[in-house]
Amino acid sequence: MKQTILTIESNSPLTSAVYRLDLRGAEEMQRPGQFINIRLAGHFLRRPISVYDQDGDRLTVLYKTVGAGTEQLSRMQRGETLDVLTGLGNGYDLGKAGTCPLLLGGGVGVPPLYLLAKELRAKALPVTAVLGFNTREEVFGEAEFRELGCEVTVTTADGTYGTRGFVTDALPLNYSYFYTCGPEPMLRAVYRATNTSGQFSFEERMGCGFGACMGCSCKTITGQKRICREGPVLEKEEILWAD
Amino acid sequence: MGRLSTTLLGIELDNPVIPASGTFGFGWEFAQWYDINCLGTFSFKGTTKDPRFGNPTPRIAECASGMINAVGLQNPGVDQVIREELPKLAKVFRKKVMANVSGFSVADYAAACERLDQEEQVGWLEVNISCPNVHGGGMSFGTDPAAAAEVTRAVKKVTRKPVIMKLSPNVTDITAIARACEEAGADGISLINTLQGMRINLRTRQPVLANVMGGVSGPAVFPVALRMVWQTARAVRIPVIGMGGITTAEDVLEMMMAGAVACEVGAANLVDPCACKRIIDDLPAAMDKYGIRNLSELRIR
Repeated sequence: MKQTILTIESNSPLTSAVYRLDLRGAEEMQRPGQFINIRLAGHFLRRPISVYDQDGDRLTVLYKTVGAGTEQLSRMQRGETLDVLTGLGNGYDLGKAGTCPLLLGGGVGVPPLYLLAKELRAKALPVTAVLGFNTREEVFGEAEFRELGCEVTVTTADGTYGTRGFVTDALPLNYSYFYTCGPEPMLRAVYRATNTSGQFSFEERMGCGFGACMGCSCKTITGQKRICREGPVLEKEEILWAD
Repeated sequence: MGRLSTTLLGIELDNPVIPASGTFGFGWEFAQWYDINCLGTFSFKGTTKDPRFGNPTPRIAECASGMINAVGLQNPGVDQVIREELPKLAKVFRKKVMANVSGFSVADYAAACERLDQEEQVGWLEVNISCPNVHGGGMSFGTDPAAAAEVTRAVKKVTRKPVIMKLSPNVTDITAIARACEEAGADGISLINTLQGMRINLRTRQPVLANVMGGVSGPAVFPVALRMVWQTARAVRIPVIGMGGITTAEDVLEMMMAGAVACEVGAANLVDPCACKRIIDDLPAAMDKYGIRNLSELRIR
């Protein structure tokens, strides 16, 4: 965990609502599944966004414009600086991947799986990635996961691109373990459709993002956890779904 | 005594900056951000007799210049706080800590305070009376002078440590509650707790918070807090701790000019984990700017 001032190297749209933001000046290496918390002028609370990639001091996040804060962020230019808390949360545990891990990402749940895929590929593991979106215009990341050497399937709910349906309609026959991130209905479907252990990354409204406010607490089989601190990644076996 | 030092109910503080309850956990996790011994003290997470999970999520909403929380007093209960949290704190903090206590009945408050009275690390008890009284129709203890006085008396009976009553601002006349606490034996007053508020999500047309309503904090409430501290400091003779939306050294000076002997800093810690250290570091320059030699000269008595 570190508080740093990062400089915007580039900030450009990948789709009509998803932007890629490259920041320079990162002082600590982020683990796959961790997130950063960005302060924006005129907004009291920071915006937590998962880490997409890191290369030296260049830290990359992909974010979706969903409100006034992220829209303001999307208008920021190269050379401007941001006050950022980095290295937040507990990331994915790569040690459990087994011989042929599966990555399941939905929408803006895809980005945290990229750094994970990169590190799994660096261990020379065969990685399958299923990336789910609503429709063709929202698809991103396919080429980037392919470049890493992943076996990639894209699904769209309306069938306008790739396989019609959800990520759970495109599960491979064999996989050793899975890692997933996406909207909660997708995570619930993944929970039911998978037949191995796996890790889930959750989203929650946060106050601080570093464990102080208890704003993002959840109940698990292994006790109360903070999504921002003990999470955002939880093991399949410890999840207690809220009704 | 340094320029920043102040005395809080018989205990010398190096400076008047106190992270507020609910924004600083049990302190030890903040030692990852800075050496927390630079603080005057801090008020730990609101603790109840029994463990509480708190409210369902979402528990947090944002507003202009502030935030709204409905955490619902999540805490591990007083026994676990004493068994696990205080020993972890002792490893990184060598000063007295302020124990913040909540309850849902007079007996709950007394039970938790009696346990904490035994703890050497605890310098003061800060009693949060913004909780609903389950035996009183669910109305907050802090909105009724008689109920506030009853809690004060019950707590004073079980402890020899200084008792600070933390007031709710969601009342018609804050000075009536403050005077009732003073008459019932309170050693000090802290205020303000959060103001009740809410937000609605325009897309879903539903309240943002699962609990519908929550407590507003942050710079948005500073003028309200300042006004109530001013009124209260002139209505009672016991020391007053000011809090509500403080984010800068200048805010601390303003709050002390209103009559506070010390200041708690809450929401700012959640946005800037080093907020209190920054405020302490900025205080001498801010005092120079306004011709203040020692903070003690700002005391109104």
